[in-house]
Amino acid sequence: MDDLFRETILEHYRNPSCQGSIENPDLAYEDFNPLCGDRVRMEFRIVDDKIAEVRWNGHGCSISQAAASMLCERIEGRPLDEVKAIDRDEVMEMLGIELGPVRLKCALLSLKTMKAGLYGMTTDEEDD
Amino acid sequence: MSSDTRVQTGGAASAAPPNPFDPRRIREEFPLLTAKRDKPMVYLDSAATSQKPQAVLDAMTRYYGTCNANIHRGVYGIAEEATALYEDARRVFARFINAASPREVIFTRNSTEALNLVAYAWGRWALKKGDAIVLTPMEHHSNLVPWQMLAAERELELRFIPLTGTGELDLAALPGLLADGRAKLVSVVHVSNVLGTVNPVQEITRLAHEQGALVCIDASQSAAHMKLDVQALGVDFLACTSHKMLGPTGIGMLWGRRSLLEAMPPFLGGGEMIREVKLTHSTWNELPWKFEAGTMAIAEAVGLGAAVRYLDALGMDHVFAHDRALATLTMEKLADVPGLRVLGPAADRRGGVVAFTLEGVHPHDIATVLDQSGVCVRAGHHCAMPLHEHLGIPASTRASFHCYSCDEDIDALVTGLHRARAVFAR
Repeated sequence: MDDLFRETILEHYRNPSCQGSIENPDLAYEDFNPLCGDRVRMEFRIVDDKIAEVRWNGHGCSISQAAASMLCERIEGRPLDEVKAIDRDEVMEMLGIELGPVRLKCALLSLKTMKAGLYGMTTDEEDD
Repeated sequence: MSSDTRVQTGGAASAAPPNPFDPRRIREEFPLLTAKRDKPMVYLDSAATSQKPQAVLDAMTRYYGTCNANIHRGVYGIAEEATALYEDARRVFARFINAASPREVIFTRNSTEALNLVAYAWGRWALKKGDAIVLTPMEHHSNLVPWQMLAAERELELRFIPLTGTGELDLAALPGLLADGRAKLVSVVHVSNVLGTVNPVQEITRLAHEQGALVCIDASQSAAHMKLDVQALGVDFLACTSHKMLGPTGIGMLWGRRSLLEAMPPFLGGGEMIREVKLTHSTWNELPWKFEAGTMAIAEAVGLGAAVRYLDALGMDHVFAHDRALATLTMEKLADVPGLRVLGPAADRRGGVVAFTLEGVHPHDIATVLDQSGVCVRAGHHCAMPLHEHLGIPASTRASFHCYSCDEDIDALVTGLHRARAVFAR
């Protein structure tokens, strides 16, 4: 657990990427973690089945906020079908840390928000 | 200050705790706190659940090892022993809160179930459309959600005693909330699990009874921390839970005024709560068994009995003084942490609970940094979402104490908080 707050996570937490909002986004979704109040909103501009632009904002712990920043960085400019295929393992690999069940919810909040936004519905896929 | 209503521990419980009150020696009797591990255990989450002394573990093991049997029906030896132990726990707890009779003590699963019992058995029986229930914004969800459910079912109004800026109840508003005579119950937390506020139950009871409303208190955070006397408090119902009282999980207690409990219909139907069953109808058992359907948590009752004896031998006045001294020390030390804001009133108005926010560091991150040095605190909304919304914060971090908490635990907390600031300072 000692590297839980490894430098990349702190860096994204302090200086997040893709933070902000999009005027008239094609898709938008906001979700929160009722346990701790972490909140993430994601907005997307879709052009030719690609994520032309993604912006997020929210508040919460370093893990939830860093994960949102890293995820947005990772998906901008990529085709929708690739982005939809991102799963929890990829997010955990991206964060590079191991988490217990409570903090896992923080880490996966932005993935859950992104999928719900892109599919236009919530999925339970990441809930287990 | 000395209570010293010492109860002889008798055969069912083991050695009495150290006296005079010495948290370092008390701590030695809690195996989880003294177990060898790679970093010392600094347990500051007793408001969530307390640790258990060896006496409680022994009592439960002894029960299972010597007289485990179902209670109240078997006529053989161990069944009678088990019944005697179960009912002994009820008597010990009844004495502990100065109930007029053990028949006024009903075992439930926890405080939440005890409060649901009041809502469903008393509430459905006594309340009708247009009646009101008075609550507060500092309630734990367990004293909020059952009333919301009942209010939706019976078209009741929920009213709230407002909070002052220091996180105390603004009692000046209570007479107004009761004035139209529609409020039939005031249900209030005794000690807030977030703010630590000790609410003035006697004053609330006086005002409520003047207007014909009953009073229920959620004593989850007070029963294990201060001397409770239901007759002096004057309340009508009191709910609390064993696992915050050095006892096991799985058993809680509802104390109710006998005349009310006699008049109310049962809560859950099934075995033991009946006198006579026909195919299409039944008659009810007498108190307290009318409210105890099915096989109860027998070993847990035995453990609770041992826990109550342990607390009684410590002396609840000593326990409360210790909690308050730790809260005072904690607030003094936290005042030196930049950006830290303690929620709730001054130390001399609270129990052993100190929740706070730290500017720029999310409670989850604080708790994780603290965990790295073996410090266990709670981070989140502590099952009090409306209170956090009222305070304008999504979450907080909470340190809470019990008889085994020591000054060194507070030092470890403060060191950890400085470390969290160093890691997260933007």
